[in-house]
Amino acid sequence: MSARVLMLGNEAIARGLVECGCSVAASYPGTPASEILSAAVQWRKACGVPMHIQWAVNEKVAMEIAYTASLTGLRSAVSMKQVGLNVASDPLMSAAYTGVVGGFLVISADDPGPHSSQTEQDSRLMAMMAKVPVLDPASPAHARDLVEIGYELSETFGIPVMLRPTTRVCHACQDILPGEVRQLGRKADFRKTPARWAATPAFRFELHRELAGKLRAIAAWPRTAPLRLNPHAASRRAVVASGVVSAHAVDVLLEAGLWDSVPIYQVVQPYPLHSGFIAHILEAYEEILVLEETAPVIEMQILDRQRVRGRMTGAVPEAGELLPEIVDRLIAEFAGLPVKAEQAEAKGGGRRPTLCAGCPHRSSFYAIKKAAPRGIYPSDIGCYTLGLNLGGVDTVLCMGAAVSQAAGFYQAYHLAGEEIDIVATIGDSTFYHAGVPPLIDAVVQGARFVLVILDNSTTAMTGYQTTPALGIGAAGEPTGIVDMETLVRGCGVGFCKVGIPSRLPEFVGLLKEAVAYSHAHGPAVVIAREPCVMDRRLASRLKTGRKARVNEECDGCRHCTEQFECPALVYDDGGNRVFVDTLMCTGCGVCLHVCPRGAIVEEDQGVVGKS
Amino acid sequence: MNRQPGGPAAGRQQIVVSGVGGQGVLFVTRLLADAAIRRGESVLTSETHGMAQRGGVVVSHLKAGVFASPLVRAGQADGLFVLKEENLSIHRGFVKSGGWILVNSVRVGEADGDETLHAIDADGLAHEVGNIQAANLILLGFALTRLGTPDQGGMLFCSVDDIRAALHQRMGERESVLWSSIAALDLGIFHGKR
Ligand code: SF4
Ligand code: SF4
Repeated sequence: MSARVLMLGNEAIARGLVECGCSVAASYPGTPASEILSAAVQWRKACGVPMHIQWAVNEKVAMEIAYTASLTGLRSAVSMKQVGLNVASDPLMSAAYTGVVGGFLVISADDPGPHSSQTEQDSRLMAMMAKVPVLDPASPAHARDLVEIGYELSETFGIPVMLRPTTRVCHACQDILPGEVRQLGRKADFRKTPARWAATPAFRFELHRELAGKLRAIAAWPRTAPLRLNPHAASRRAVVASGVVSAHAVDVLLEAGLWDSVPIYQVVQPYPLHSGFIAHILEAYEEILVLEETAPVIEMQILDRQRVRGRMTGAVPEAGELLPEIVDRLIAEFAGLPVKAEQAEAKGGGRRPTLCAGCPHRSSFYAIKKAAPRGIYPSDIGCYTLGLNLGGVDTVLCMGAAVSQAAGFYQAYHLAGEEIDIVATIGDSTFYHAGVPPLIDAVVQGARFVLVILDNSTTAMTGYQTTPALGIGAAGEPTGIVDMETLVRGCGVGFCKVGIPSRLPEFVGLLKEAVAYSHAHGPAVVIAREPCVMDRRLASRLKTGRKARVNEECDGCRHCTEQFECPALVYDDGGNRVFVDTLMCTGCGVCLHVCPRGAIVEEDQGVVGKS
Repeated sequence: MNRQPGGPAAGRQQIVVSGVGGQGVLFVTRLLADAAIRRGESVLTSETHGMAQRGGVVVSHLKAGVFASPLVRAGQADGLFVLKEENLSIHRGFVKSGGWILVNSVRVGEADGDETLHAIDADGLAHEVGNIQAANLILLGFALTRLGTPDQGGMLFCSVDDIRAALHQRMGERESVLWSSIAALDLGIFHGKR
């Protein structure tokens, strides 16, 4: 039997880190990057190597910790999703100037589509802005290899290197032969060089010039030069592609019988694009089709507007993922083949996501609508964004914005002398990540709103990572604890009370009290504390046994399915009456309070045996 | 490797698995991928993670054999597993003409073109055995017998033994889960033979 194992792209990246002797890895979870850090924990254990691996409170902190380890000569890495890179952009811009000692990888996972993100921004553009090289893997195996090349590049030129996988790499699986794990035997050894590590603006100019020199050299570094995939093909037209789009293009060319006639180049390092390559393709081809996700990073570096086709010229759609169906059409057009009749793209539609049966967030949103029926409900990023389905979420901008948007709404209405109810929701992990500074600001400005911190003791959306309140690290090790109530009070908030959302009537009462307080005094915080039902670690803390049953009073009014939307409440075949899917019901008992006709009642204890 | 040269299941195969979050779409896909590796094939899959996993549409792609891209194109799949019947209309466009579709459904629906449609009420059976999580493996077991395995010139690239071995490899340490999974697979196999 072969020793190849199936690895998720993110596991392959983590494997690369461990094989290359990475000593410090930090991250904040975000789809599609989350599994990189958890896989690093697994590989560390399996390979028995010394490594510091941690979830950080946010991406900026993660980047600064990992970057600093590189200043001591160790290899390090930070991983995040693309919008996390926005949060970490401050240290990135500066680190490009100051450079690195040990190899430093910034892994920023993009999400063309987008599938699970607020934007489809291209981290490669951020690399370009920061002036650091970026590598664009096409598959899990390629991503693992590029970790190694990335470290070599980083140490050869003393520069941070970005690895930019996309969702289709992170969440692809491939059979991979695990490589040898190298122990570099390095020890932290920080050499004080204030002119570099604490450079003042005058020195920064010098550092910038030095950086420009590095980039020129990197644009000629053979290890990351574009690959000519089918050297035998000759034509006056060529395809230039990177990332997973180059993989789609290879399959499309093979299947369309164009492999021997259309030259294809795979760009491994989209920025800086190799200068020799630019000269070569402009010399050799009359027409060049550039296929890349999501911004025209390669395209804009090929400075010939006459010959290049891509996102900027309109030849390639300017937004969205380049799915193989689209690549197929683009290549057929480019090669002058008849374009097949629009194939039914098997995409879109279908059941929308919803909060799990028994999710405590559902009762929180239901209670908020009861306590402040005419309120404005700013919210944030997490499972609870799905409160959208329940009418409990009016805005979602970016991490932490629930708090500042609540303040913004208050100030805007306050100008006109209007005092409205504002009830914002934010998850526990998101609150620690970016909710604290705006809460301090709200206290200072006397903004009047209620902030409900949905504290389910986990970062559920991205795979149940721990939060600072738990005292548990990435590998389950004990860590320090930051107590949420103390933190909220420390921000200067005068009203901070904890409630259990599944005790619906009491919780509505608590919210009403908070709303009244906020109108009189300023920000009020309610901590809705109840564990996520899906997090296995927390399962023991759940009480069960209030299984619901629907009696004859149900007239199919749809209140519970539309306003409350528990997936365990389903219609019978005729759609006339609701019943409880007993295998799905967690027994949270909240729906007992939801039916206006009182038709949802508690199942007799005797019947609840099955679970 | 003991492949039937030229047999319909030899070498490359593209499969799409469709369902909603919580049904174990990824699990089935990874078992099939493990099975491909056992047969000495290269394999690429593509999975849905993130918000869709909270009960939304989840679809994964599997390509056994030599491919570069992890995604299956519309009209190219050899077969489609549908764990949630309502997804059939959304994802049947993946299947090529002459391909097969396996649906978790109480009734056998109509084939659109010349695909072969097989149905099993995997949810009903899963409810009966008190394990709603098991519908995915019941469907897979059913598929293995209905489609036939490569050694008999069947339509699927892997065999019951490959999947059993993959289950052991993935769950070896959690015995009770392993045995309930094997039981679910066997239940599907049993119904496939009927
Ligand atoms: S995973 Fe947890 S937090 Fe997310 S919807 Fe399900 S129960 Fe709620
Ligand atoms: S008790 Fe009611 S609300 Fe809670 S999970 Fe069961 S059906 Fe859903």
